[in-house]
Amino acid sequence: MNAALIAIALVTIGAAVIALSCRNLLHSVLLLAGSWTGVAAFFLWAGAEFAAFAQVLVYVGAISMVVLFAVLLTRRSREDSAPGPAVRGRAGWALGTGGLVAVVLLVAVGGTAPAVSPSPPPVLTVRQIGEQLMGPQAAALLAVGVLLTAALLGAVVLAAAGRPGNGKDQP
Amino acid sequence: MNPLQLSLGFSSILFAVGLTAALARSNSILVLLGLELMLNAANLNFIAFWRYGPAPEAATGVVFVLFAIAVTAAETAVGLALVIAIYRHQHNVRLAEATSLKG
Repeated sequence: MNAALIAIALVTIGAAVIALSCRNLLHSVLLLAGSWTGVAAFFLWAGAEFAAFAQVLVYVGAISMVVLFAVLLTRRSREDSAPGPAVRGRAGWALGTGGLVAVVLLVAVGGTAPAVSPSPPPVLTVRQIGEQLMGPQAAALLAVGVLLTAALLGAVVLAAAGRPGNGKDQP
Repeated sequence: MNPLQLSLGFSSILFAVGLTAALARSNSILVLLGLELMLNAANLNFIAFWRYGPAPEAATGVVFVLFAIAVTAAETAVGLALVIAIYRHQHNVRLAEATSLKG
């Protein structure tokens, strides 16, 4: 039980670290898709199948493709230039901050022994989730629908803005 | 260590990796991907506490994760549209050079 969790964690964190430290953006996006798949595997391991499928559909299917398109649309050769000393200094500070946050969180997690109900994995059917979404959470579902519509319309407006004459640099 | 602590440690490390990337990288797409990773770590926490919490029958953790995924999708769409708009104006996506709105 714990071995599977540790394996999932190692694969996910390893893919994320390699993805966010490599210089090729395409490799980063593809490795991050692997990392999101690892998160979906954790959801499956924990018994939340519906969340796992949503994670695969939204992250691995949709978001990685959108990010891939953004990478391809904004490609240029200067991305491969060597980092200057300012970038290196900032990377050092960021590593220090991230390490400090990780140490604080891990000490807090390891120091408190939360009470765990040693129950078998909870059985959650799609019917229960649907009743939740249509019953007590219906207002939130509507709000999320409005938010998604507004955000996607705004994204289209932002990405498509500009005079028709200056589109010569677009591929 | 019990599995809840392992799950929380997993999500802590994932959060720290995302935070480091969001702070260190100068490419705005990679900063956005670091944010995504931090949100994923939060979703891991929701599922872990739902799985090992006192009332896993309530389905609240799963429903919360579904809403969080929807909000993240909206955030990514707007963020990438902003990246494309910045690229159109200054022909690169480096955050350090996106200073035309700086006062």
